[in-house]
Amino acid sequence: MNEMEKRHWLYRGENLKKIWIGGSVILLLTVIAELLVKLHPYFKIAEVFAFHAIYGLLSCVAMILFAKLLGFFIKRRDDYYDR
Amino acid sequence: MTASLLHPGLVLVLGGLLLPFIGVTWRHLWVLVLPIVTLVFTWIVPEGLLATYTFLGYELQAFRVDSLSRLFVTVFGIMTLAGMVFCYRQAKRAELAAAMVYAGSAISVTLAGDLLTLFVFWEAMAISSTFLIWSAGTEKSRQAGMRYIMIHLLGGVVLMTGITAYVLQTGSTEFSAMTPDRSSTWLILAGFLLNVGAPPLSAWLPDAYPEASFSGMVFLSAFTTKTAVYVLLRGYPGTELLIYIGLFMIFYGIIYALLENDMRRILAYSIVNQVGFMVCGIGIGTELALNGAAAHAFTHIIYKALLLMSAGSVLFMTGKRKCTELGGLFQSMPVTAACGVIGALAISSFPLTSGFISKSMMTQAAADNHLLMVWLLLQAASAGVFLHAGIKFPWFVFFQKDSGLRPSDPPMNMRVAMIVFAALCILIGVVPGILYNILPYPVEYVPYTADHVVVQLQLLLFSGLAFFIMLPWMQRTMTISLDFDWFYRRLLPQLATVSIRSWNMIKGQLLSLAGSVSWRARMHLHTLYGPRGLLSRSMQTDVVALWVILFLAAYLVFYLFES
Repeated sequence: MNEMEKRHWLYRGENLKKIWIGGSVILLLTVIAELLVKLHPYFKIAEVFAFHAIYGLLSCVAMILFAKLLGFFIKRRDDYYDR
Repeated sequence: MTASLLHPGLVLVLGGLLLPFIGVTWRHLWVLVLPIVTLVFTWIVPEGLLATYTFLGYELQAFRVDSLSRLFVTVFGIMTLAGMVFCYRQAKRAELAAAMVYAGSAISVTLAGDLLTLFVFWEAMAISSTFLIWSAGTEKSRQAGMRYIMIHLLGGVVLMTGITAYVLQTGSTEFSAMTPDRSSTWLILAGFLLNVGAPPLSAWLPDAYPEASFSGMVFLSAFTTKTAVYVLLRGYPGTELLIYIGLFMIFYGIIYALLENDMRRILAYSIVNQVGFMVCGIGIGTELALNGAAAHAFTHIIYKALLLMSAGSVLFMTGKRKCTELGGLFQSMPVTAACGVIGALAISSFPLTSGFISKSMMTQAAADNHLLMVWLLLQAASAGVFLHAGIKFPWFVFFQKDSGLRPSDPPMNMRVAMIVFAALCILIGVVPGILYNILPYPVEYVPYTADHVVVQLQLLLFSGLAFFIMLPWMQRTMTISLDFDWFYRRLLPQLATVSIRSWNMIKGQLLSLAGSVSWRARMHLHTLYGPRGLLSRSMQTDVVALWVILFLAAYLVFYLFES
């Protein structure tokens, strides 16, 4: 058994692309599914097509950016209180 | 009345206090049987007021059962049983005893019908949970436990002040719905909010819990914050302020968890985040929202304990807690990883898991009440939960880069506890009726509609996409994030050091000044009254007699002139 075979399939480089393709297909399917079911939006803004997909993506990006920004001010080495 | 003897909380409190005196073999049986007894008692006692007693002239309702308290006691009982199965062979005797008293006190708070009984067990909970933290036996846990008890004693004082004022104002000790419109109810609310992990003092939770042992944190995650949710549900339903406090807690939890490196601190911040959802639901205050908050407390206790059992197993087997030191563990710990992933899916409210059927009740309540901003924030927060707990925890612990660590799955009893809780997360998700039937209000809400499942999957999967697109930004660093505890861990000690130093300097100056003043005074007195001093010389009788005659003569002269 050589070094490559010993590694789990998740860690093999050639599979990374397949995982991304598979993931993208699933994402696409959830958006397409919106065409097939009747939505009952409670607010006007939620009537936009694929609102939840766009909103989920953008709000997460915003939260990561905000955390990163806040991190500049409040991050300290993890032995900060021991010194 | 025989029902009054079947108090589910006292079984555990007394059982925990007796535990240290029981031998090892019987102890194993003891810790597993008593939670079962508690659960049986919980379901055989009738609803209503089951025990009263008089204390200082007040009629106290020590034991009151209704659908809301039974719901919470049930999940506390299930939690105690599974927690004991998880660690009864591995945890120390002191830890098992503290955990039992802690669980029993939480149950007794839930069953208290008056404020004084509630307060007594509220404090018992604070003390026993501190012992639970200390039982980890490390220097860090000793210090963290000390900070934890300080904060909770402060909260206890605030709560007691509020209760005393309330009893004086209303003449009643009964614990029922209140409105924060005067000092007493504000203080009681503040005391409750401290335990729920509300700002600004949320930091006690992520500071103390992760310093407990691998199993201690499993118990800690369940009781303190959820009894606080219970008392808010009963005491302050529909208090609008709670919506905003809840929303703050939700985003505080997400942002701090995103910055965190320690896997158990990630999960601790996530407790604040999840409890924030419940607090927000209580603030919305409709029957659907209150049902949602109660249901979410129920499901949250189970999936959060599952996540912490999974993290605890990793800690137990590897001794490591930091994301930067872990990774790739799914290869050698398949059961732990699978259970961790199921917990992560449940906390993220994936369809077919317990989180989906509980959290969605609260977002639906926000929509029904036309609270657009609240609804938008709750949706963003749902996406954020998947980001910080749903993906981040399993990804960095079990997947990401291969750390090279190859620990095996933990011992049998720990695996059993995890598998049972993972199964419960899915069972409640698939058959929501089990939970909906025991909620305080009748449930008409239907979680599984095609459009709800589709939009929820969109929301979650696209936040997953955000995680992997921004993965370079998510890489962990060996850092912590400053929080409000900085004020009492850094600023106050430094102020104290500075003020002690300055006082010592001033004291030195003052002492030398006082020294020189007193030396001068002594010398002056010495010149006057010393052995050769002017005023202490002895005089001869004739001289004295002469002086007396002279004075008398002078007096005579003055007298003659006067008249």
